[in-house]
Amino acid sequence: MIQSLKMALKSIAGNKFRSFLTMLGIIIGVMALVILVSLVSGATGSVTDSIAGLGSNLLTVTVSDDKGAPVTLHTLNEWMEEDGIGLIAPSGEISATARYEGNSDTVTVYGTTPAYETINGLSLLLGRFIKSSDVDNHTNVAVINETAATELIGYTDCLGEEVSIDGVKYTVVGLLEDDEDSLTAVFGRGSIVAYIPYTSLMRLSSETSSAITSFSVSAETDMATAETAMTSLLMERFDQDDDAFTISTRDELEDAMSSVTSNLTILLGSIAGISLVVGGIGIMNIMLVTVTERTREIGIRKAIGASRRVILQQFLMESVVLSMLGCLIGVFLSWAMLRIISVVVSSLSMSFSLEWNVVLIAVGFCFVIGIVFGLYPANKAAKMAPIDALHYGG
Amino acid sequence: MIDLKNVSRVYQVGSGKVYALNKVTLHIDEGEFVSVIGPSGSGKSTLMNIIGCLDIADSGIYLLDGIPIEDYSESELAKIRKRKIGFVFQSFNLINKLTAMENVELPLIYQGVGKSERKTHVAEALERVNLTKWADHLPTELSGGQQQRVAIARAIVTRPSLILGDEPTGNLDSKTTDEIMGIFRELHDQGNTIILITHDREIAEQASRIVNIRDGKLSEVGA
Ligand SMILES: Nc1ncnc2c1ncn2[C@@H]1O[C@H](COP(=O)(O)OP(=O)(O)OP(=O)(O)O)[C@@H](O)[C@H]1O
Ligand SMILES: [Mg+2]
Repeated sequence: MIQSLKMALKSIAGNKFRSFLTMLGIIIGVMALVILVSLVSGATGSVTDSIAGLGSNLLTVTVSDDKGAPVTLHTLNEWMEEDGIGLIAPSGEISATARYEGNSDTVTVYGTTPAYETINGLSLLLGRFIKSSDVDNHTNVAVINETAATELIGYTDCLGEEVSIDGVKYTVVGLLEDDEDSLTAVFGRGSIVAYIPYTSLMRLSSETSSAITSFSVSAETDMATAETAMTSLLMERFDQDDDAFTISTRDELEDAMSSVTSNLTILLGSIAGISLVVGGIGIMNIMLVTVTERTREIGIRKAIGASRRVILQQFLMESVVLSMLGCLIGVFLSWAMLRIISVVVSSLSMSFSLEWNVVLIAVGFCFVIGIVFGLYPANKAAKMAPIDALHYGG
Repeated sequence: MIDLKNVSRVYQVGSGKVYALNKVTLHIDEGEFVSVIGPSGSGKSTLMNIIGCLDIADSGIYLLDGIPIEDYSESELAKIRKRKIGFVFQSFNLINKLTAMENVELPLIYQGVGKSERKTHVAEALERVNLTKWADHLPTELSGGQQQRVAIARAIVTRPSLILGDEPTGNLDSKTTDEIMGIFRELHDQGNTIILITHDREIAEQASRIVNIRDGKLSEVGA
C-alpha cells in the first residue's frame, strides 16, 4: 500500500504539467462546489439570523375575506381579553410621500395602536410611541425611525417638528432606533418608516378602513396556545372557513426561507457535482493514456512477479492520488477565494467561510471519483497478458 | 520439474501460420543446467516465455512441478513468477524511470520483503554483477552490457530456484561473460535449475546438457 502510494506520487511527479492539467477539472469542480455552497449558506446564515432576530413570538394574521363581519379595533380589543392571547396590534401599511421643508421622500407608513411597540419589540430613542388617546382621537402624530429623521429632516433631535405625509401635517412625537435586523434592512439599505395611529391612517388613505385586514398577535404564554386560540376565534368569526384568513409565524417564514436556500444549495451543488464528474472523466482519460503508454512497464512488472491486484492497486492509487490532490488544491483555492470575497463584501455584514461539511462532501466525492474513474483503466492494466504487454511497442 | 509434451506455439502472420514451436517435447529435472542453442528466429525466446509462464502454448501440455499450467490461477502464476523464477530477458526489459538499484529492488518489493533486508539483497546482487558504482543510474545512462547486468542482478536477487536466461551474455565482453557464467555455475552448484539460451557454442558447453532448436523443433545434442 505504502509502496504503491510512493510509486503513484513518483509517477505523478514525473509528469507534473500533465498531472496538473488532469487535476484542473477536479480543482475547478471542487472550487465550484465549495465556493457556491459556502456562499449560499453564508448568505442564508445572515438572513435567517435576521429572521430569528425579529423574534419568533408573534403571529401575523391576514384576513382575505371578512364574510361581512369585519375585524375592527373593537374586535381586537375583545380578542385581547381571550385566554392564550397577549397583545394584538393592527398594521395597515401604505406607501406615501413625506415632505419636510424642501425635502421629500417616499415613506412607508404603518397605521397601528400602542400594542405594536411591544409586540414587534421596537426600541424608542426619543419621545414616545403612539398612545391610546392618539388612536381614539385620531390625532396627527407620527413616530419615525432614525433613517427618516436623518434623510428627511436632517437631524435626529427632531421631536415636535412637523412632517407632511401625502399633504397632511403630522407632529413627530417619537424617534425609533433603526431596525438593523429587519428583512428590509437585510435586503436593502435602511428605509424610511413612520408609524401613525391606525385611525389617522384610515383618514389618510382610502385603502385603509375600519375593517382591519392585517394584524400581529403576541402570545400570553406560548406561541402554540396563542395560535390555537387565534385560529378558533377566526374560524368562529368567518363561518369555519379557513380560507378566509392566514396565520403565519416567523417559524414558517424561516422554514420557507430555509427550504428556498436548501433547494438552491442542492441545485448549485449538483451543478458543481456535474463539473466534478467531468473532472473525473478527465482523470479516466489520462489514466487510459498512461496505461497504454506504460503497457511495456506493466508487462515487465508482471513478468517479475507483480500480481493483478498489485497492478490494479498501483494504477488505482495513482488516480485516487490525482483526484485527492486536485481536491486539496481546490479546497485551498476555495478558501483563499472565500477570504477575498468576504473582504470585498464586508460592507454587507455577511461572512463567508469554508463550510466544513461541504469540504468533507467534496473530499468524499473526489475519492469516489478517483476510484470509479480509475477502476476501468487500472483494471485494463491489471488484465494485460504479460507477454503481449512485453512485446508492446518493441 | 519442467515437462513439455508436444507443445506448439503458432503465430498467425498475415494469411499464413508461423510455427514458433512445433510439437516440442522437453523434460528438465530439478537442478539441471541446460543450454538451448539455435539460429535466430528458431523459437528459443518463445520456448523460454512459455517455460517462464509468460506465454501460453496453443497446444500440448506443460507440466510445472507436475501440475498442468492451465490449472494454475492467475494469482498462483504471479506467485510462481515472483518466487520461483528469475528471468533475464533478451531485451533486458528494465523500467527506464527507475534506477538500476530500484529495478533490482522491484521483485523484492513484490515479494513483500522488508526495507532493510531489501537493501542488503540489492547491494549483494549488484556487487555480484560488478555494478555497485552504477546503482543510482537510470538504464538509459547505462551501456548495453551494464543494462544486461542489471537485468541479471534483478533475476538473481530473489534467489529463484529456476533461472531462465535469454542470451544473458549476448552483450558482454568475454571477461564479464566469464564472471556471469561463474555466477550461473555457482547458482547451479547450490541446486538451482538453470536454462540458458545462447548463440555461443562455447558458452553452451559449460552447461551439463545442450538442447538444439531449429525451426521450432527440438533435438538433444549428444544424446
Ligand atoms: N508476436 C509474434 N507475432 C508473430 N510472430 C512471432 C511473434 N513472436 C515471435 N514470432 C515468430 O516466431 C518465431 C520464433 O521467434 P523467437 O523470438 O522465439 O526466436 P528466437 O529463437 O528467440 O530468435 P533470436 O535468436 O533472434 O532471439 C520467429 O519466426 C518470429 O517471427
Ligand atoms: Mg530470442
